[in-house]
Amino acid sequence: MDRALRQGLDAISICDHNSARNAGACIRAARGSKLLVIPGLEITTSEEVHILGLFDNPEDADSAQDEIYARLYGLNDENAIGVQAVVNEFDEVEDIDDRLLIGATTLSSERVIKLIHSLGGLAVASHVDRSGFGIFSQLGFIPPGLELDALEVSPRTGFDEVRLKYRQAKGYPLITSSDAHYLDDIGAGYTEALLEKVSFEEIALALRGESNRRILRQVRKDS
Amino acid sequence: MKLSEIADSLNFEVKTCQTELEREVAGGYASDLLSDVIANAREGDVWITLQIHQNIVAVAFLNNLAGIIIVGGRNPDADTLSKAEEQGVVIMVSELPTYEIVGRLYGMGVRRTS
Repeated sequence: MDRALRQGLDAISICDHNSARNAGACIRAARGSKLLVIPGLEITTSEEVHILGLFDNPEDADSAQDEIYARLYGLNDENAIGVQAVVNEFDEVEDIDDRLLIGATTLSSERVIKLIHSLGGLAVASHVDRSGFGIFSQLGFIPPGLELDALEVSPRTGFDEVRLKYRQAKGYPLITSSDAHYLDDIGAGYTEALLEKVSFEEIALALRGESNRRILRQVRKDS
Repeated sequence: MKLSEIADSLNFEVKTCQTELEREVAGGYASDLLSDVIANAREGDVWITLQIHQNIVAVAFLNNLAGIIIVGGRNPDADTLSKAEEQGVVIMVSELPTYEIVGRLYGMGVRRTS
């Protein structure tokens, strides 16, 4: 949270693979600061497409997680993949999650998006420019009727490049985030949006382009 | 070689478009990344995959593939089957994994189209 604030960010989202168990602690850690922490999950669909589910509150994220956990099989191997610590807001480890969080759920992309929307969340296709776990790499194109709220682009790729390479991207709002796996990654890429105030609801309005809220631009620190 | 000969000798369950089984197979391609299939499969190929999402039908249609073989006994979604019927795309299902199917097809003389 400290790193995000130092980078001048107003909002971040915590989206572990198939889990929201660390979101609550991050929200509590940010209390009293100006940082908005959006609880979420990066869900792996049965086709191995990564879809971000972003939620207004940790209870909705937990409900999504319950549905995901019920459809996620296998156990983690710490030697191969690493320790999946669940921490509290004081950086203390409270539990170790032993599920195979890196695995795929048995839910199709369609069903994952329906689940996210049924809980009032936003469904964003992750890193669509990448050759692994992106919707274009896995499924070739966005299937008709898939109600994505936005597409996320890695900081390494410009919005213009994505719109040129994937014509379907023109029909969706684009965002960039750092996809930070390490502290130093935070702030490597972010999205500027015009909002009345920093809140989940305002971000949803900006993605829909309603009430004069909108996505302004992509910022890439390394480029 | 015709699709029907492949289906018969390898005991595939034909899920859609029985009427299209006389189609000639020019070669084979195995991949589970649909973007890769769009880019690299060739007209008349039979495509071996574990993907069951409805997009496989459009990919087969776009590339004018001879048909789709789904591996590991996976059951295609209802959407996938109805789209395949609509667009005349043959879908066959096998209990065998990709490795076995590709090996047997190769043994029958199905090669990568040049």
